[in-house]
Amino acid sequence: MQIVLDYYNYWACILIMMIGFYGIMAKSNLVKKVISLAIFQTGILVFYISTGKIDGGTGPVRVADGAAEAVYSNPLPHALMLTAIVVGVSTMAVALAIIVNIRQAYGTIDEIDIETMEHERGE
Amino acid sequence: MELIRHNLPALIVVTPLVMGLLTSIIGRRGLGWWMAMATTAAGLAMSVQLLVDVLSQGDRTVEYLMGNWPVPFGIGYSVDPLNATVLLIVSLLSAVITLYARKSVASEVPAGKLNFFYALWLFCITGLLGITITGDAFNLYVLLEISSLSTYTLVALGKERNRRALTAAVNYVVLGSIGACFYLVGVAYLYMATGSLNIADIAERLQPIYASWGTEAPIYQKTVITGFAFMAVGLSLKLALFPLHGWLPNAYTYAPSSVSALLASTATKVGAYAFIRVVFTLMGVGFAFGRLHTDVALMLCSGAAILVGSWLAIRQNNVKKLLAYSSIAQIGYIALGFALANKDGITASVIHLFNHALTKGGMFLALGVVMYRVGGTRLQDLRGLGRKLPLTMGAFTAGGLGLIGVPLTSGFISKWYLVSACLEQGRYELAGIVLVGSVLALVYVWRVVETIYFGKREDEVTVREAPASMLVPTLILVGASIYFGVDSSFTTHLAGEAADFLLKVKP
Amino acid sequence: MKDNPIMRLAVRWNIPFMLIFALYTQTHGELGPGGGFQSGVIVAAAFVLYGLVFGGAEMRRVVPRWFTDLLGAVGVLIYAGAGVYAMAMGYEFLDHAALMPSNPGGAEPWGMTVVEYGVGITVFGVMMTIFNEITEGTNPEDNEPTDDSADTEYGS
Repeated sequence: MQIVLDYYNYWACILIMMIGFYGIMAKSNLVKKVISLAIFQTGILVFYISTGKIDGGTGPVRVADGAAEAVYSNPLPHALMLTAIVVGVSTMAVALAIIVNIRQAYGTIDEIDIETMEHERGE
Repeated sequence: MELIRHNLPALIVVTPLVMGLLTSIIGRRGLGWWMAMATTAAGLAMSVQLLVDVLSQGDRTVEYLMGNWPVPFGIGYSVDPLNATVLLIVSLLSAVITLYARKSVASEVPAGKLNFFYALWLFCITGLLGITITGDAFNLYVLLEISSLSTYTLVALGKERNRRALTAAVNYVVLGSIGACFYLVGVAYLYMATGSLNIADIAERLQPIYASWGTEAPIYQKTVITGFAFMAVGLSLKLALFPLHGWLPNAYTYAPSSVSALLASTATKVGAYAFIRVVFTLMGVGFAFGRLHTDVALMLCSGAAILVGSWLAIRQNNVKKLLAYSSIAQIGYIALGFALANKDGITASVIHLFNHALTKGGMFLALGVVMYRVGGTRLQDLRGLGRKLPLTMGAFTAGGLGLIGVPLTSGFISKWYLVSACLEQGRYELAGIVLVGSVLALVYVWRVVETIYFGKREDEVTVREAPASMLVPTLILVGASIYFGVDSSFTTHLAGEAADFLLKVKP
Repeated sequence: MKDNPIMRLAVRWNIPFMLIFALYTQTHGELGPGGGFQSGVIVAAAFVLYGLVFGGAEMRRVVPRWFTDLLGAVGVLIYAGAGVYAMAMGYEFLDHAALMPSNPGGAEPWGMTVVEYGVGITVFGVMMTIFNEITEGTNPEDNEPTDDSADTEYGS
């Protein structure tokens, strides 16, 4: 139990990531699949940010001169995750644009239906 | 001139990026191709110059600091013999394939989208060159995504011919993103352990961590091992190593012809490079292969890739898909080379990166001609084309011989080094697998060659030989692959330099 | 939705504040939370809101597609231009000291400001392009009606 409580942030990240991963594996609806991918990426964002957090740490803003030495949380993971968010948004956009095209070409966005249609056409 | 030479490592990535943006704005009608062509030609010139610069340095490295921020605070680009070789492969192949692309792309992509096609084309090249040159683990992730995102879209553009391109692309998006995310998680673990993102700096800071293992208080043992595991799996997905190759066959098959050629000859090569970089420079062979025995897993995967990839290639009826499965087998050879981790093995791996890029690129270009002239790449479409497209089909056959590894083709050189590396390590079973793989390659290449030369065509349509703009690049690639089979001193010298650098042998 | 007076009023009153807030985020990026990425998203959100209520075609009348497509590229060109300028002046790529050689430390914020404006413009352009790309052609008025209940309702 102690290992769960001590590292609750990591457990939360793992939970989020695994929910997303499950969705990617199990859902046949392509939009749900892409949403699961976004959840998976969000788990990684939370993971990164929680690695930079220090108990009692403040934002990395310089406090007044002469004040007691402040403890800062690490700002670098936040900056990295800003980039990763942009990448995630772009991935979502590309995936959704392709799915719109799939809907126009096949009339469905369900992977299993698409496979059946292609199978009947004899590919 | 000195200004350009000093900034070469940045320019080689920035030029295609800026030109890609300009292409998306003004590259309408024919102009897009001209801009892409000029950019890739300039990229080729720059990578040749960079290779010369690197080999003339005493320590075989060229460093460049982005924004003049010192590493590890800023992003540093560092070029060494391995980098420079892969840069040469990517820029050479992209220049030759761009030369080819004009008519082929115009026939497969709607005219109104040509500017965006070439913009994405250049972004893809930007990403691939960037992955190769960067010395920063997180920057590598960003560039990986730049190249992947443009690749997804390029694959999806094959929808005009076959709507299967869309499902292939969406499958690729999901698997590719998972791969990149796994890599990102791996970087997070290493950042937790070392507090750095620069590859060379991480490697340095890992040393005291490794030293503490096996003592009373091991530090960060689980963190580093987990990080490496995530990175290895993520990059294996990008590299399409055997059990994780699911996205590759359909993506290669249904993409536009030029895109298939570009992907097959550069994208997986860069993935293999990133894997080599992580194992040898970032984590260190002693940790990855010595302590964790990843090499055994890699050998298993690559052995299975060679056998299963070749076996599945035999069973395909679409020649493009056949080549895609053959690529999976060839990736197995590359992975096997660096899994052996001795000088011959790494040399074989790097030579095969080069040779396979030329051979497979040439074969995909030849198939692109078939697509352009006949309109399909199924086996029955190729029947009896040997007489109608003598040069193109001759090039295809020569490329096929290279895949088998017939002497006097470049495939022979890489397999020679690979087998001698296996024997040096006493791995006779792996040498056997390489030979069995060659026999299987003989079977699938023969199936196609037989159809080309002895198949009977029912429909007596007139098929003309390819236009010169498509024929010349095909012949350049296949010709180069034969040339480097006859006179392999250039490739073996480069690969030897890269192997020495990775194994830290002083030149 | 454009016939609903509440929606019309809410959009009409919200958009100016969103745009001003975006400008604030853009200009105060170095002092507080904010910067080009956030401000670009907020500007795009204002126009997407307009598009959701009044329809994608109406939104594209206000900000035409060619314009947003262009902005997406121009912003990155500003970003890269700042770097190439530094390179041409004999500094490393993106070394903002090139903007003010006499005071390298003071040049850094200026360089960052230029870069942030580039980022803001690009993010606005790309967000609008994404919205256009996904909604254009999926508008029920553009397509023949389908009996699928999962149809998108943008711009209806």
